[in-house]
Amino acid sequence: MASAQGKRLASGGLIDRTRTLPFTFDGETLSGHPGDTLASALLASGKTLVGRSFKYHRPRGILTAGCEEPNALVELRNGARREPNTRATTIELYDGLDAASQNRWPSLKLDLLAANQLFSPIFGAGFYYKTFMWPASFWEKVYEPAIRRAAGLGRAAEAPDPDHYEKANAFCDVLVTGAGASGLAAALAAARSGSRVILCEEDFRLGGRLLAERDEIDGRPAMDWVKAAEAELEALPDCRIMRRISVVGVYDGGTYAALERVNDHVPVPPAHEPRQRLWRIVAKRAVLCAGAIERPVVFGDNDRPGIMLAGAVRTYLNRFGVAPGNRAVIFADNDDAFRTAVDLVGAGVEVAALIDARKGSSASAQAAAEKANARYLAGAVIKRVRGGQAVKGVEIRDQSGKIERLDCDLIAMSGGWSPTVHLTTHLNGKPKWDEGLAALVPGSLPPGMSVAGAALGQFGLASCLASGQAAGAEAARACGFTPSIQALPAASDENTAASAVWQVAGGKGKAFVDFQNDVTVSDVKLAAREGFRIPEHLKRYTTLGMATDQGKTANANGAAVLAGVTGRYVGAVGTTTFRPPFTPVAIAAFAGHHRGQDFRPARLAPSHGWAEEQGAYFVETGPWLRALYYPWEGEEPQATVNREVATVRTNVGVCDVSTLGKIDVQGKDAGVFLDRVYANTFSSLPVGRARYGLMLREDGFVLDDGTTARLKDDHYFMTTTTANAVRVMQHLEFCQQCLWPELGVQMVSVTEQWAQFAVAGPRARDVLQGVVDPAHDLSNAAFPYLAAGDVTVCGGTPARLFRLSFSGELAYEVAVPARFGETMMRAILEAGAPYGIAPYGTEALGVLRIEKGHPAGGELNGQTTAHDLGLGKLVSTKKDFIGRFMAARPALTDPARPSLVGLRPVDREDRLRAGAHLIPRGEDATAKNDQGYVTSIAFSPSLGHWLGLGLLSRGPERHGEIVRAYDPLRGDDVLVEVCPPCFIDSAGERLRV
Amino acid sequence: MRIRCPYCGERALEEFTYRGDATVTRPGSLEPQATGAWVDYVYLRDNPDGHHREHWHHSAGCHAWLVVTRDMRTHEILAVEFARKEP
Repeated sequence: MASAQGKRLASGGLIDRTRTLPFTFDGETLSGHPGDTLASALLASGKTLVGRSFKYHRPRGILTAGCEEPNALVELRNGARREPNTRATTIELYDGLDAASQNRWPSLKLDLLAANQLFSPIFGAGFYYKTFMWPASFWEKVYEPAIRRAAGLGRAAEAPDPDHYEKANAFCDVLVTGAGASGLAAALAAARSGSRVILCEEDFRLGGRLLAERDEIDGRPAMDWVKAAEAELEALPDCRIMRRISVVGVYDGGTYAALERVNDHVPVPPAHEPRQRLWRIVAKRAVLCAGAIERPVVFGDNDRPGIMLAGAVRTYLNRFGVAPGNRAVIFADNDDAFRTAVDLVGAGVEVAALIDARKGSSASAQAAAEKANARYLAGAVIKRVRGGQAVKGVEIRDQSGKIERLDCDLIAMSGGWSPTVHLTTHLNGKPKWDEGLAALVPGSLPPGMSVAGAALGQFGLASCLASGQAAGAEAARACGFTPSIQALPAASDENTAASAVWQVAGGKGKAFVDFQNDVTVSDVKLAAREGFRIPEHLKRYTTLGMATDQGKTANANGAAVLAGVTGRYVGAVGTTTFRPPFTPVAIAAFAGHHRGQDFRPARLAPSHGWAEEQGAYFVETGPWLRALYYPWEGEEPQATVNREVATVRTNVGVCDVSTLGKIDVQGKDAGVFLDRVYANTFSSLPVGRARYGLMLREDGFVLDDGTTARLKDDHYFMTTTTANAVRVMQHLEFCQQCLWPELGVQMVSVTEQWAQFAVAGPRARDVLQGVVDPAHDLSNAAFPYLAAGDVTVCGGTPARLFRLSFSGELAYEVAVPARFGETMMRAILEAGAPYGIAPYGTEALGVLRIEKGHPAGGELNGQTTAHDLGLGKLVSTKKDFIGRFMAARPALTDPARPSLVGLRPVDREDRLRAGAHLIPRGEDATAKNDQGYVTSIAFSPSLGHWLGLGLLSRGPERHGEIVRAYDPLRGDDVLVEVCPPCFIDSAGERLRV
Repeated sequence: MRIRCPYCGERALEEFTYRGDATVTRPGSLEPQATGAWVDYVYLRDNPDGHHREHWHHSAGCHAWLVVTRDMRTHEILAVEFARKEP
């Protein structure tokens, strides 16, 4: 049974008292109501101690009522859905919510690691850097793990997140961030003009500060106006209200990132719904109405549970119907905070005193004190707080220096408000200091953004409404709409006069500046003494502002304390740079659906479905999934590959090579164009023939290779490697559009349009004759090696046939429109059955080409030249082409460069390893003796031992020499013989039969 | 960042592929004395504190090569035109 909500007021608050929601905190069952946050429900149940601090393990309570909360961080949910460091102040309560406090052992009340604070004199800023310096090896093994255990936040889930996250795009004319008084006024003004408006509100309810105050608009409770505005906006067809969404980043071109917590307010998202959705919102104009964040006052033990920002106290009283204490004092330097006294007394909370840190007395504060029947102490400060796990009282030093003790269990504090300028600075905008407000206000703004209301430093309600309406109308006007002039709702500007009293001098106890990272006044002083006198340095040395809250409640006080210590004017100290995201975003939200197998889309070869049926083992090659090998039942992978290779060498095999890039090049200047992009010549290629082509980059290194066939006088068909298909296409388009726009040539990628199969082996012609329609003569005389042309297959299906060989055997590649791909694969296998045909995968393909010494991925690595690959004689000297000039540089044709060689182990039992370094026999394995490396290896079933290709300095001159293949990574060191790269049929007779 | 492709309209950055400096011109000469011009063309790039003309490819769109004039300090895009004058 849920325990009673002892601190819940008898009435009031925007909660649904007809329903009770049970939840657990540290295993204890408590209850709240719909409309509560976890923080308000904890306070309603009398829980004021909710966490332990990061470094000192100090007991901490709830400081704020919003996203700026530095203390009340909890682990939310459990198991795979456990999420650490969530702010209790923003977690919407739901039935069965399960949360736990963090960073305490063994329990929240008895935290043995709180002993850290006994050693606090040595735990100051820079302590880790200074203390754990020696011995160096201890840092990773001893110090860091120990420090991480003691100082830390929550625990991440240890199982994969079972929920979905998605990404979405939205477009609008005017994006309004924040649905408080100014945001609603801005959205109304913009939306009424007919512009497309998106209104984003972080909370689950619209209203902003109006939810928390007892203001009036048009003579009625302000929430009536909020509800009317909400209803009007909902009814406008081009206005979209989004709730539970935080705009977290501003990017170039009016692009905004926003995180929508779609299902964080339920235990498990409904089927097919994401937990969170990351929005990219593109807006022509944006109006920032992000409000302001209240500042704590820096005094001794200002972090005790029961000390809360005054604005948060009003939020818990008015919005949630919760009394955060029984007897309060208010300690502030501004009139806004002292009106808390009236709200407290109205809720039945006794107010002991209003402690006004300002020198002179304030009539407004005095009036509040009278209404609350409380003492008003002008020019007084809190010198000391009594109580450890909860506030028990305060010692006050009055104007005359007299010390007085008061009992209380709640301190409402306020050092004034700082406009929430964060989003104005994401594109390098600089906020500026406003002396009157003693705060940073927006300075230079991102293009298209305007700011209204408290975010602009316009704190009064009437000012918020007016500036919001003006900014909304102006934004709509800038998008080409004509806003009508509307009467402003009537409201008054409450007294927000403030004078900055940042810090209480001469108090006792730790005075915290940054609550979440446990940075105190002493730390700031120490940093300043050691020369870290600008905020960016102070931040890095003390970690001030570096916690997950990014110093939302800390940065202003940090700058002020630093100014005081260094004898500077606070406005001159400056600030650190606020960067996205404004509030933490889970990595899962950035990833969206791109997880695991869905990390990126997989391209599937046309025969993929058939290959799956065969039980093929697939491998990712670039964006493609390709069949690596086709194992028979019970067959080991190496045995499978050996069998597939042997089948090609002795009978015939078939391989889906559709993944090669295919580019159709047409036009009267197609031949000239290809001459300029290939190192060798294509304009001279006869129609009906194919040729190997080598493409260089402009710097002279090899870009790619492939074969290109001439189908007609003005029609070529190019293939590229699978890996470089996109790059080559882009390169050709650059050459065509930017370098030689005068050439009459067009090209299009047809990789997806053609399914292409290599049929290789001594019986390849026999197989093809069963597939290609009889009208076509496939004899060696009629269709010789490197022939290419149109044919029909399987009774009239249009196809292209190329006599190309990657394996060194008699081989063809047959291409059909992609939709016939799978059928073609089956037809080839059926026709090949009498000849012992077998499909082979990319592993066998690789073995076959290594046996033949053809360069591929390992050798075309972006660092090799045509000369390195033994292809120097292909490079034309009769024409200009991409890479021609730079490839001729002496260093690129230096015979000392590592060049392609074949490698075979001296002891035929030895295994070779790709990546092994090649070192002269008998020499030490040093960088000086490193003469090259092994680029590709394979076990050759044809030869019965391992063999490899490598790049070796002066390689072609060293055939027959024995060198070391040294692989320190895997501990291998074998002797290998340097030989020509082609191991099989070096005369190339087989492919011409 | 968003780029207004003259053919497709305004699109998000991810649709485009950056290449680089659009102000360099491929030398026409293959004579040895052209070495300096080739080295400049292939390797040397300005990094101006201000406006720059760059080649971008609308790779997830119309495949047009574009010349984008961009402010290197603010990423503001001042002009977008086809690299090929008569597409």
